[in-house]
Amino acid sequence: MSLLRAAHIAKSFRGLKAVAGASFEVPERGIVALIGPNGAGKTTCFNMIAGVFPPDSGAIRFEDRNIEGMRPDQVCAAGIGRTFQIVKPFAGLSVLDNVMVGGFLREKTRAGARSVALGVLRKLRLESKAEMPASALTLPDRKRLEVARALATRPRLLLLDEAMAGLRPTECDEMVAIFRELNRADGLTILLIEHVMRAVMALAQHIVVLHHGEVIARGAPAEVVRDPAVLECYLGEETEV
Amino acid sequence: MPLDLLANVIIAGVLTGLVYGLMALGLSVIFGVVRVVNFAHGEMMTIAMYAAVLLFGAFRLDPFLAVLPVAAAFFAFGYALQAGLINPFITRPEHSQFILMVAVAIIMVNGLLIGFGPDARNVQTDYQLESIEIGKLLVDKARLYAAVVALAASALLFAFFRFASAGKAIRACADNHLGALVVGLRVKHLYALTFGLGSACVAIAGCMMILLVDVTPNLGPAYTLLAFVIVIVGGLGSMAGALLGGVLIGVSEALAGLLITPSAKSMFSFGLLILVLLFRPQGLLGRKA
Amino acid sequence: MSRRGIALLGGLAILLLALPGVANAYLLSVATLILYLAYVGQAWNVMMGFAGQLSLGHSLYVGVGAYAAASLFFHFGVGPWAGLWLAIALSVALGCAIGFLAFRFGISGVYFALLTIAFAEFVRIGFDHLQWTGGPGGLFLKVAQRDQIDLANFRGPPEMYYYAILCLAALAFAGCAWLLRTKAGYYWQAIRENEEAAQALGINTFRWKMLAVAISSAMTAVAGVFFAFYYNNLFPEQIFHISRSIEIILGPIIGGVGTLFGPILGAALLTLLSDGITEGLAAMGWEIPGVKHVFYGVVLLAVVLFLPNGIWPPIARRFGLRR
Repeated sequence: MSLLRAAHIAKSFRGLKAVAGASFEVPERGIVALIGPNGAGKTTCFNMIAGVFPPDSGAIRFEDRNIEGMRPDQVCAAGIGRTFQIVKPFAGLSVLDNVMVGGFLREKTRAGARSVALGVLRKLRLESKAEMPASALTLPDRKRLEVARALATRPRLLLLDEAMAGLRPTECDEMVAIFRELNRADGLTILLIEHVMRAVMALAQHIVVLHHGEVIARGAPAEVVRDPAVLECYLGEETEV
Repeated sequence: MPLDLLANVIIAGVLTGLVYGLMALGLSVIFGVVRVVNFAHGEMMTIAMYAAVLLFGAFRLDPFLAVLPVAAAFFAFGYALQAGLINPFITRPEHSQFILMVAVAIIMVNGLLIGFGPDARNVQTDYQLESIEIGKLLVDKARLYAAVVALAASALLFAFFRFASAGKAIRACADNHLGALVVGLRVKHLYALTFGLGSACVAIAGCMMILLVDVTPNLGPAYTLLAFVIVIVGGLGSMAGALLGGVLIGVSEALAGLLITPSAKSMFSFGLLILVLLFRPQGLLGRKA
Repeated sequence: MSRRGIALLGGLAILLLALPGVANAYLLSVATLILYLAYVGQAWNVMMGFAGQLSLGHSLYVGVGAYAAASLFFHFGVGPWAGLWLAIALSVALGCAIGFLAFRFGISGVYFALLTIAFAEFVRIGFDHLQWTGGPGGLFLKVAQRDQIDLANFRGPPEMYYYAILCLAALAFAGCAWLLRTKAGYYWQAIRENEEAAQALGINTFRWKMLAVAISSAMTAVAGVFFAFYYNNLFPEQIFHISRSIEIILGPIIGGVGTLFGPILGAALLTLLSDGITEGLAAMGWEIPGVKHVFYGVVLLAVVLFLPNGIWPPIARRFGLRR
């Protein structure tokens, strides 16, 4: 059964079609990657799901209700957490406080939010840095903090917007291991946008390829990378396979 | 009410409004480029007015001639202020910039108070009492000339930004700070240049305004608020908007003074400001962010 | 809180409680003013320091609160304890109106700050033309019997006002300390740091910003009621003036925006400095109007130049205190 289903969603900016009737599904407990060259409409799809702006047409169904047109905070409350491509830590707060902000979504008390936050920090191996100010973290740690904050809202579906970009291969593998564990042990469903093919191939069970705002291929990773249409759209693009 | 009285008041409002517009133009250009709100703008205006009073008193220098030295001095002062004090604050949070400019404003107002005392000062020329008759319409000579100078100064500034290479470079800075740095523009120098030009606008507006009203040190904060109202109504960062806003406020003040009571005139301006902020927050001629 | 923090607070509390016993009338009035500014600064800090919404028009809430309670007392003999509620209701209504319009129409940053100034100026000129409250000529309350305490009408000797404002300032301090540890405190700080990220974590930013405005305006209205009954006279030109708003926010900014001790420290330093300069200049025979404020401006300039986060954060770090 699919947890998230985007049906014929479309979005134009000043007449330019960013997404033109794309449809895809994310199965419960699945990990799906949305890939495609720059400007394919991946982030636009994400923003429509996350409620940053509504689709011009089409429907987005999460669990058993339609979420298109909801505000970002409503989408989050419905059970979808997201990270940003350009990390947005609350720079003046400590790492723990950053994550506690997320924790307060489902916990009324400070103690409750704190225990949720500490649990998440442990999973992301950030607990030793809990008291550091967020502004003092290195980029890989900031990327983890971004994930930790989203996880503290206890989402059923996590949207990852290039969570691996800028990481070294070993750091990337470590993140992949963390996400796998979250998926296996906690049953977290993940939809990711990713350029780092190393991570995509290691994580995704299913890949959707966007090009010019349309889905041009979908399927298991091994099939998709051999698809002639996919190879063609990537020709000339720099990819890290 | 007789129609010609109404027409006279509206014409006076438009002419005064053009001088307001030039003052606001200075604020608008500074904000549009440097992205710092000059909370000392009105105080600078009063300093220019006092400068005109001084030059008139000492050398019988007509305010229309005083424009040149005062504008030059203000340009240098503005350049130095931006280069020395404000540039390090560009990346600071807004409230920090606000306090910086408030401190500058406090020093200016009270400096004037020490230097000139609290009493009103003015200049007295022959033509201030003369007016031109066009049919039934009466136009004050001083007001007309002041408006012409304000328009000419605005036109010069337009031309500078349109045609001069430094003007184009400043526009590039305003459009894309990082891009400007990347292509090797001296952004800090250009910021200082902009602040200098904005200050020169205020200087000219001040020299003109002293022909129309008396000056006291406490006029500073009132002019600062007035300049804010004008640029927001017209559109922060839009040059034509500043002039349009100035004229609108000038006319609305004049009409409020005629129809209701002069003391309620700024209530009209602030009412207009609130309406514009709510329904067209980018200002009448401003572009959407 | 650390042991040092508790010791510091305890020492401060004893000093403040004992002050009327040792201070003369002048010192007591200075202390009252400091506590008043510390209290209003704390109120402003809820909006700006916690939630990141820069208000430059807080004199609006002081003025409306003061006029509401004072005119009820003046015209109908209604005491300040009842008038307080009208003051709070009116201020909160105004604050929420500004907040609603601004946040719904997406006005933020400099534009929001200017909108708050515009509203304050608009209301100031309105009161200038409202004859019922005396217009520009002012509203005068009958000056209190200085030797007997009439708590029901909040009239009494300076010591009573001192303890009242001390109580308010202490309550505000404790209340803010508590707020910062609640969900609201965390949500406000998240909004202050990054609104988009806050929203993505399920925070209805509109609602929480409105709450900050409501709390801040309510607290400030109480200060207005105090102001009215302490000074006994109100002029629109004075109480609503933008320089009043600036006076309110200087304390927390100098002390440290978003900190709990900042507003108190800032209010104390600025008031002492300002009075010290006045006294010093008088002693030197330099009683020229304006000299004091020039010094004031220079000190302000020095603080923003050299201590960009305010005075309290570096002190707190030095002594190992939080906030």
